[in-house]
Amino acid sequence: MGERSVGLSLAKIDALPLALGSAAFTADIAPRGALVLRFRYSEQAHAEIRSIDASAALALPGVAAVFHHGNCPETLYTTAGQGHPEPSPYDYRLFDRRVRYVGDRVCMVAAESAEIADRALELIEIETEPLPALFDPESATEPGAPRLHPDEAHAVIPADYDPEHNVAARVEISIGDTAAGMEEADFVVTQRYTTHQAAHAALEPHVVACSLDARGRLTIVSATQVPFHARRITSRVLGIPLHRIRVIKPRIGGGFGAKQEVLLEPYAALATLRTGRSTVCELSRAETFVSTRTRHPMRVDLRTGVKNDGSITALEMDALMDTGAYGSHALTVLSNAGAKVLPLFNRIANLSFTGCSVYTNHPVGGAYRGYGATQGYFAFNQHIDTIARRLGVDVVEYCKQWHIREGETSPVFEALGEGKEGVSQTVESCALGECIDRGAAAIGWGEKRDRRTVVDGWVHGVGMAICMQGSGIPRIDMGGATMKLNEDGSFNLAVGATDLGTGSDTILVQIAAEALKVPPGKIEILSSDTDLTPFDVGAYASSTTYISGGAVLSCATQMATRMRAVGAAALGCPEKELVHEAERFRNGRTDEVISFEGIGYRTLYATAQEQLQTSASHTSDVSPPPFLAQFAEVAVDPETGDIRVVHFASAVDCGTAINPRLAEGQVEGAALNGISWALAEQFLFSAGGRLTNARYGRYGMFTAADAPPMTTMLVASHEPTGPYGAKSVAEIAINGPAPAIANAIYDAVGVRLVDLPLTPERIYRAIRAAGQP
Amino acid sequence: MTGNLTVNGAPLLIDFDPEETLLDALRSAGFTEVKRGCEQGECGACLVLLDDLLVNSCQVFAATAVGGRVTTTAGLTGEPGVPHPIHEAYAATGAVQCGFCTPGMVMATFALLSGNPDPSDDEIREALAGNLCRCTGYVKIVEAVHLAAGRMRDDG
Ligand code: FES
Ligand code: FES
Repeated sequence: MGERSVGLSLAKIDALPLALGSAAFTADIAPRGALVLRFRYSEQAHAEIRSIDASAALALPGVAAVFHHGNCPETLYTTAGQGHPEPSPYDYRLFDRRVRYVGDRVCMVAAESAEIADRALELIEIETEPLPALFDPESATEPGAPRLHPDEAHAVIPADYDPEHNVAARVEISIGDTAAGMEEADFVVTQRYTTHQAAHAALEPHVVACSLDARGRLTIVSATQVPFHARRITSRVLGIPLHRIRVIKPRIGGGFGAKQEVLLEPYAALATLRTGRSTVCELSRAETFVSTRTRHPMRVDLRTGVKNDGSITALEMDALMDTGAYGSHALTVLSNAGAKVLPLFNRIANLSFTGCSVYTNHPVGGAYRGYGATQGYFAFNQHIDTIARRLGVDVVEYCKQWHIREGETSPVFEALGEGKEGVSQTVESCALGECIDRGAAAIGWGEKRDRRTVVDGWVHGVGMAICMQGSGIPRIDMGGATMKLNEDGSFNLAVGATDLGTGSDTILVQIAAEALKVPPGKIEILSSDTDLTPFDVGAYASSTTYISGGAVLSCATQMATRMRAVGAAALGCPEKELVHEAERFRNGRTDEVISFEGIGYRTLYATAQEQLQTSASHTSDVSPPPFLAQFAEVAVDPETGDIRVVHFASAVDCGTAINPRLAEGQVEGAALNGISWALAEQFLFSAGGRLTNARYGRYGMFTAADAPPMTTMLVASHEPTGPYGAKSVAEIAINGPAPAIANAIYDAVGVRLVDLPLTPERIYRAIRAAGQP
Repeated sequence: MTGNLTVNGAPLLIDFDPEETLLDALRSAGFTEVKRGCEQGECGACLVLLDDLLVNSCQVFAATAVGGRVTTTAGLTGEPGVPHPIHEAYAATGAVQCGFCTPGMVMATFALLSGNPDPSDDEIREALAGNLCRCTGYVKIVEAVHLAAGRMRDDG
């Protein structure tokens, strides 16, 4: 028997140092004496910059440089840290002659202190000519709408990109014949749903530090989810060779997609190159709210034809996404609203998905945990609830009847991927049925649904939602790992994967330890350093456990094979006679043993001298979905519209949980983010497009005192293509809270809220409009 | 301006501007375990004890702290690098994800348990309501506080 590591809830390897405050984040290790970088932002939603006069600022003692459109590279690029070629359009410059939202960057000062930089920014004289602003996505493509981007903006993949009509992306797929399908239906359900913009609100604001090493290379320390993409994009934007840049990600204070954007690295690199000095750029909380990235607001229209036996004969989904001033993730988030949602009910023969991402003069959208699926599932799960009620069946039973199962596929997998066609796949692991049963039991579905129990004037109701996500982007995402053996039988493991606090460093160690049958403590991991670790696309698309984990598993398996050969030579027996046990090989015939330490010693100091090292990369032809059922019990005060979530339950099938406690933590964090977004978080704008609540205290994010009791269940399945049966878990649980709560509100007070957020005022109005109570 | 204070038991001479916050002074003196999450008193990442009182160090002038005793998460046991049962409980329960909120959470926990060795769920959630966490959903943080409280009671 060997050591077990997979399936154990080990403490995260960096947990104690983080609690003690000794584990360093970017701002903690910014070089002393670095120049401070500060931005000045547009006060106007849309304007042309006529002139910038920085002379007074430059005359201020302590100011090293001022950067603006007149003195910076004009490379068009996308800040979206995606694979190459990026599916997001090249519509962004370091500084542009045009500003496109309140909060767009106008210029930047490098100075000896933040105070001097801020004073200098005020001294810069800027003349602008206001342009008509576009705030309504519905009218963005209409004739006469203000145009945001010029002809030079372009897509770098074959895509339907049309800046003349403010179209950042368009998607269209059709399977079967939806018109004919609607004909067959006994009834048709049509509804429009809207989801709202949101902030990632990671506790650590965006931050980067940059310096030159002795050989004149750039070292960029960055709070990034994508060190390798940050290196590539910085190199291209500034026109400097990629190998002259090293990107290191230290500990990072949460990402959730916001740090999949290359927002600061090229600026810091440019400032360092130009001044020859180290630089640091740490955004304030307000800047992080306004001028980084957000969840794309989306309007989703669903139209379904349904037969009285419950079968859906046709489904049409149409989505309009507001990408804001720039098209970061404009195509792929949009695609995902269909691609991650529509395969779930896989027996719908006729379906279509049409979508359009449009530019407006709003803050910019980007990757955000859930990535379009969140928006799509808000619509889908309420629609299913409506259909089940029309049919007079329990939505729990309805979902169990129609969801995709093991051994099944959906034509949507092949028709729609992330920004292009997808990849056909068969679902090889799915415990959604059990997730639904366990979630329903946890919430007390049988006793509570349709009961409208009143406690102290509050009416209780329950609702549910089911979801799937993916595990990485098939045939695009790649992770690499290398490993070497030391003379004490320990190993160094280097991975490009990026731990955002999710615990990926820990679970990758667990995977390697399991394969090698050694205690996890014998594996020292180094991650996210573009000089020292192999490539990895980074932490997004729920890829790390599945893709990077696959690379680690294969790397460690190869290592075991190499060590077996050395062990067999040492014991003078054929390799096949060796039994791999905890930290050793034993000759199954003679019981002679050689320890890993013995093997390590031999390879470095004795007869078998050769540094044993292995390297592996992993990609996947499929993206096995994790599945999830979430249930909400709410209490609504019908007099005021006040709402409370009384209990929230999540049951998730993520295959094998490599570290169950960390997997639960992913689900809990995502679920509360989803709940807080559904009920309270929102962006408020002035008429001129200024975000007026850009601070934690006014944004609405839940505290521990606001959070409802939550139950989280991991429901095991085994994904044959994943490392030790694992699938992803990081994103999925943010998708269900909004629709589950909306469905529970309907159950309680009979009003259907199709627009987020689900505020007391909206609930109150809906109850009044319905003529109740 | 300059002034003396005690940080984690050791004397410290700081050099600061009149407007400078305790947060900035501590961070520039190398106490980077005190985190900057908002500088608006709304996230709790910068919590420290100032003379046994829990304060958001971003909301206190460095000048105010002169002559005072500051304790950060790194100073809870009085021995550098030696974890307190609260640290251990946070690590063991999975209450640390990105860990950016943790130094502040730990301080709020310490303050709570100093006055209430066996808090209820609701008391914990109230006591931590000034500390934001985006990663955990607070479930395992509440669990960590219970675990730490139990261990501290056992240790007397
Ligand atoms: S940094 Fe002080 S409360 Fe947020
Ligand atoms: S652990 Fe990341 S903010 Fe709390």
